[in-house]
Amino acid sequence: MEYEIVVGMEIHAELLTNTKIFCSCPTKFGDPENTHTCPICLGMPGVLPVLNRDVVRYAVRAGLALNCKIANFSKMDRKNYFYPDLPKAYQTSQFDRPLCLGGTVDINVNGQTKPIGITRIHIEEDAGKLLHESTDGTLVDVNRCGVPLIEIVSEPDIRGPEEARIFAEKIRNTLEYTGVSDCKMEEGSIRFDVNVSVREKGTEKLGTRTEMKNLNSFRALERAIKYESKRQIIELKKGHPIIQETRKWDDVKGISSAMRSKEDAQDYRYFPEPDLVPITITDEEIKKAKSELPELPEAKKARYMAEYDLPEYDADLITSSKEMAQFFEETVKISNHPKQIANWLMVDIPAHLKEKELSISTIPFVPSDLAELIDLIQNGMISGKIAKFVMEKMFTEDGSPKEIVERNNWAQMQDEGELQTIIEKIVEDNPKSVSDISSGNKKAYGFLTGQVMKATKGKANPQLANKIIREVVAKKIN
Amino acid sequence: MNINRLTIHETKEALSKGEFSSEELVASYADRIEKVDPKVDAFLLKCLDDAKEHAKKIDSEGKTESSILSGIPYALKDNICTKDIKTTAASKMLYNFVPPYSADVYERLQNLDSIMLGKVNMDEFAMGSSTENSAFKTTKNPWDLSTVPGGSSGGSAVAVAADMAAYALGSDTGGSIRQPASLCGVVGLKPTYGLVSRYGLIAFASSLDQIGTFTKDVEDAAIVLNAIAGHDAKDSTSLNISKKDYTVNLKRGAKGLKVGILKNFNTEGVQEEVKTAMDESIAAFKDAGAEIVEVDFRYFKQALAAYYIVACAEASSNLARYDGVRYGYRAKEYTDYIDMYYKTRSEGFGSEVKRRIMLGTYALSSGYYDAYYKKGMQVRTVIINEYNKIFEQCDVLMTPTSATTAFKIGEKVDDPLQMYMSDTFTVPINIAGIPAVSIPTKLDQKGLPIGIQIVGPALGEEKILQAAWALEQSFNFRKNQPSL
Repeated sequence: MEYEIVVGMEIHAELLTNTKIFCSCPTKFGDPENTHTCPICLGMPGVLPVLNRDVVRYAVRAGLALNCKIANFSKMDRKNYFYPDLPKAYQTSQFDRPLCLGGTVDINVNGQTKPIGITRIHIEEDAGKLLHESTDGTLVDVNRCGVPLIEIVSEPDIRGPEEARIFAEKIRNTLEYTGVSDCKMEEGSIRFDVNVSVREKGTEKLGTRTEMKNLNSFRALERAIKYESKRQIIELKKGHPIIQETRKWDDVKGISSAMRSKEDAQDYRYFPEPDLVPITITDEEIKKAKSELPELPEAKKARYMAEYDLPEYDADLITSSKEMAQFFEETVKISNHPKQIANWLMVDIPAHLKEKELSISTIPFVPSDLAELIDLIQNGMISGKIAKFVMEKMFTEDGSPKEIVERNNWAQMQDEGELQTIIEKIVEDNPKSVSDISSGNKKAYGFLTGQVMKATKGKANPQLANKIIREVVAKKIN
Repeated sequence: MNINRLTIHETKEALSKGEFSSEELVASYADRIEKVDPKVDAFLLKCLDDAKEHAKKIDSEGKTESSILSGIPYALKDNICTKDIKTTAASKMLYNFVPPYSADVYERLQNLDSIMLGKVNMDEFAMGSSTENSAFKTTKNPWDLSTVPGGSSGGSAVAVAADMAAYALGSDTGGSIRQPASLCGVVGLKPTYGLVSRYGLIAFASSLDQIGTFTKDVEDAAIVLNAIAGHDAKDSTSLNISKKDYTVNLKRGAKGLKVGILKNFNTEGVQEEVKTAMDESIAAFKDAGAEIVEVDFRYFKQALAAYYIVACAEASSNLARYDGVRYGYRAKEYTDYIDMYYKTRSEGFGSEVKRRIMLGTYALSSGYYDAYYKKGMQVRTVIINEYNKIFEQCDVLMTPTSATTAFKIGEKVDDPLQMYMSDTFTVPINIAGIPAVSIPTKLDQKGLPIGIQIVGPALGEEKILQAAWALEQSFNFRKNQPSL
């Protein structure tokens, strides 16, 4: 019997607002514990929340980018539960009237476009963090309390781990592009919850699902779904029913294990947040937000193919990250060689970045440097081979590509007279090659070119060297 | 001259004329507090040294006339946060809580150089109608020390009634200003929801809580309302409307006013003398040229039920933050964090607070939400509509504030339902978010004050104060004085 894997996702992303959702504390990550706190995010008695309008603006932008309908009227609700990282003992969230409803996003699976439904997007506040390492027992860091989040809920339209990863990547890209979230997985600013079930292929009815929360990498996401669906299939084949439960994914061991069943599920006692007024957004405001939406990956990709004549593969890769696309565009503005720029961005640069543990946003040179490097090749100043060395140095040394070339004396020999002398000597010293050529063995040209490169330490302009070699050899034969 | 007997406007006049200084004024109040408070137990925290300092400063800087409230001493209900001054909500849970911020109302009064004498007693977290639910002390009614002052703002009412403060602020969630004002013979005003900022008011039921005033007469209520009303960006439910001077039309009299009375007024359980006071009030209005209109309000029972569901539901969530993790009381011994929660909350809250948390938790629970909380909210809409209809027929509505005068201490503590019933006339007003003022009319045979409540439509403060002032003139209640 063949099984089909059905996945629905909930994606939490922290918004890039400067301040928290209900107070003016900064949202900055990584500062010392409990330095971004105030009576409001500490949940002290008598204080009141004031909704940060930027949170609404950002969430609306995400909603529009994911083709959602923006609600003219929505409201905040309280989700009540006790935990030491939740100062008010309720999370202010949205229950039955979310900000965005009914969207869809197209993903690309094996060259096929597939729409994934977005059920809803709502806004809410993040909780704090518990620090268990301390010798004083467990401590609470409240810095993250009140950092604004959106929760994106998908329809169970995702079939299998790969689609889930592609969908998650697509969401991350969209949020990055729209400036809604920086989606830094390592900082937990985007997190994935997945609902996994399996069913006999061809059947309609959804199987019993299990949930895994807080997966914080694409790899974990893909592996968790792979493992969990396999586990469910094995259970079903054994004739065991699937129990609806929350399972914990252990990324180190690569297994999921039961955490709590549906019966133990908490009753959050949602009710409308009485300290906040409903959120109203007019059609004009929605229209305006739409017009301010930046170019999204799909549109950008199409434009790169049309405007820069890039192959689809290149356009897809370059637009897969906002920063990469930005780097590309800034470079192409200075040096109009899109395909070459794309090549650098797809091959050499990622390799160096990986080696140096950098990212395109922390790359140690600027687009005009890459443009200069490409121009150096174009002008025949350096060969493509030398350019690769220059690129390597651009990651480790100061100075522009031109300076690097000069410093290392890598400029190609452009002086025809000097090259002529060197070549005449090489031809003179290799009579065998000349006789080979005259007897029709053209391969000997390659040998001579090699000798010239060796003699010039690779700095001879290959085209020029070839031309002169042919002239000198022809003269010799005649 | 007995300085402490004076109203704000009388005190101000005397201050202006130089009959006494701010310092002398505060000293006189301090003496009164030292003498009388041991009998009535209104104050949880006296700030008399700071108050004297403040007064001295006002005198020396010649600021006695910088505002109508400058130099005027007042008391604050202890659920209103005061920066660097202990604020407990009369709960063991917050026995040591010193807020690093101030309530908006306190800041406004500070800016006007009014002088805070101290923090006064209340039912724990404002839950109660007798101030017997305070974790610290039971406040006594100055008219009869064996009776309750009402609640939850019993301390505020007593501070004013016993001349220990020129005025006081309290909070009113279901009658917590008006009922104690009625039982103690002072004027108690609950403004329209959103007119006064709730920022820094320790929440009981967020959608019902409203800060208001206790004063010696209606004119003072208008004066203090002028000072505390106004938009506050820190409170999202604060109304953003232009400021009004509530004293301007105050003394227009009742001529031409349409005063509504309830035609289906349920007289069962209402003390005879309260009924008499109602009849005399009707006569007084008629004499003053007002028109009496009979109106219908059909939902006292439903309002009370909806109130206890909605208020408890919100309270169960609002009070969930008292977990011992960050501030306030924490149990001494516990095995893990869950155990710490259990013990902290079991030991830190009093029984009435626990009762309401449990009621509210139940009302919000999955499977019960629709039958309770949701139904309660629907009843709210019905009641708002009912009042809208009423105020199409009249300018203000008049009812008793409380069905009875002050009851004995201990009389209702074991009968919470009986206690809840004492809110019948006040609760629907909070449900609808509209303003109401209670004014004293006369004493019953036991010598206990009887209050009458004047209710208005949303933002109808001017009208209810105008009506209340007119009624006040005909009763002249201030000739009475508790003998302490």
